[in-house]
Amino acid sequence: MSFDLRELYQEVILDHNKRPRNRGKIENPTGQAEGHNPLCGDNVTVYIHTSDGKVESISFEGNGCAISTASASMMTEAVKGKTLKEAENVFREFQQMVTATGEVEEHPDLGDLEVLAGVREYPVRIKCATLPWHTLHAAMQGDQNKVSTE
Amino acid sequence: MNSILNRNLTVEQVRADFPILDILVNGKPLTYLDNGASSQKPLSVIESQTRFYEEQNANIHRGVHYLSQLSTRLYDEARYKTQVFLNAEHEHEVIFTAGCTAGINLVAQTWGRANLGPGDEILLSTMEHHSNIIPWQLIAQEKGAVVRPIPISDDGEIDLDAYRSLLSDRTKLVGIVHVSNSLGTINPVQEMVALAHQVGAKVLVDGAQAGPHLRINVQALDADFYVLSCHKMFAPTGVGVLYGKQELLKAMPPYQGGGDMIYTVSFDGSTFAELPHKFEAGTPNIAGVIGLGAAIDYIAELGRRESGETVAPLSRLLDVGMGWISDVEADLTTYGMQLLGNIEGLKLSGTAKHKAGVLSFTLDCAHPHDIGTILDHHGIAIRAGHHCCMPLMKRMGVPATARASLAFYNTREELDRLASAVLAVKEMFG
Repeated sequence: MSFDLRELYQEVILDHNKRPRNRGKIENPTGQAEGHNPLCGDNVTVYIHTSDGKVESISFEGNGCAISTASASMMTEAVKGKTLKEAENVFREFQQMVTATGEVEEHPDLGDLEVLAGVREYPVRIKCATLPWHTLHAAMQGDQNKVSTE
Repeated sequence: MNSILNRNLTVEQVRADFPILDILVNGKPLTYLDNGASSQKPLSVIESQTRFYEEQNANIHRGVHYLSQLSTRLYDEARYKTQVFLNAEHEHEVIFTAGCTAGINLVAQTWGRANLGPGDEILLSTMEHHSNIIPWQLIAQEKGAVVRPIPISDDGEIDLDAYRSLLSDRTKLVGIVHVSNSLGTINPVQEMVALAHQVGAKVLVDGAQAGPHLRINVQALDADFYVLSCHKMFAPTGVGVLYGKQELLKAMPPYQGGGDMIYTVSFDGSTFAELPHKFEAGTPNIAGVIGLGAAIDYIAELGRRESGETVAPLSRLLDVGMGWISDVEADLTTYGMQLLGNIEGLKLSGTAKHKAGVLSFTLDCAHPHDIGTILDHHGIAIRAGHHCCMPLMKRMGVPATARASLAFYNTREELDRLASAVLAVKEMFG
């Protein structure tokens, strides 16, 4: 069965790829982490500034495909202003959405990020979508170690 | 469709030998342009595998029974065919391995361990595959030797002046890829070997991408070691070849110990078998090696069909067969380079004067992975990524490329499909 390409490359994704939000390095990050996918060479660095248990600002830099760039860009918008606990929940929900098999569940917290659900149909591309999130996860834990998808 | 004029053998005819070329992918006819990763197999090779397990299967060099003698004969015949394929001086200079990676590790761990010391230098080109970098880094680290990169030009050609100045009496080994998997560059191996020999260094040539495209002659190249990855040259997966000059292989300590590589065994000490068995411990990939024999026969068969000669030595048929392959691919490569080169916003990586059928490119608007996924929807198989050449990608200033790699069964029409699918990518991302 041929899956419609437009399900994967929706306008929102193409837009975030072309004009990524929060790209660059924020000043005085309180946490940062570097993610790398050794299979394809994609890399991303996520910077966060937290205070009072809240993500005050967040940005990313790096090199990747449309899926990973859009995922990173939308991620920064989704977690900005959230508490670390809320951000952690969005991370888990996103993770669940892109790796789920069978019935598609509701993901009330994901908003625009739901457009990335299409990667489920492309097993090798799931890691593209999740790399920025794993990197964020590491940055939130103050983990300076490099993150790898492998 | 067939672009080579004045040929007896046409591409349509050879396409009929490859069953997989008839399948549909995403409802579209398969356009297989990922031959650099692995080639497809002709029916004769596929049938050699079924026949082996249905009629010939037994372990080799063991039994006095009919089947064991038969499988041993077929296995040994494949070694002879490989000797002719490489134009090696002796049959026992052909060692069967699991692939190029296994062959290079064997040389690094045996020859390298015995011959490298502190301060010794290993020169590797910037365009080497990781499989011809990591084994040397591992042994260099252990022995205190140093690995130095040989620079390349923007077009993806070896900088021979820089290579000359890197060579010194400290140089013990030069590792060079015959045909670059990422760029298609055909390197001046013969000249590089001669220069290395002037300072007493040995040369290992990675022939992974040369095997399916060029008529190889290890004696003319004067290569000390030469490795092949046979699934890239129409044979089954899991088979490789290590060629080494007799005197080097004889002097090298064994690699893996086990059955079939011994002469006598006792708990007081053991002695080892002669070449090539010294380096083939344990039961080898018998079916795969016989499949390699069938793949070499297939290339000879192309030579027979092209030349019309029914009685000719194997080497002559391989000359004609590989010559036909090279001509068909050269035409396709020129056509593909022009076609892709005319697409605005597309940059070709690897524009060497002498190159084999590799079309590596990037688009200014889309990442290679996105290109790969969209092309797949058009039934087109390419590779996207760093092609196990991270130092090369860094040198070319790209994180990754999209790579269409050709075989003789590809057509201009397939390249037209590639070009129009690339335009579809541009439309979506532009």
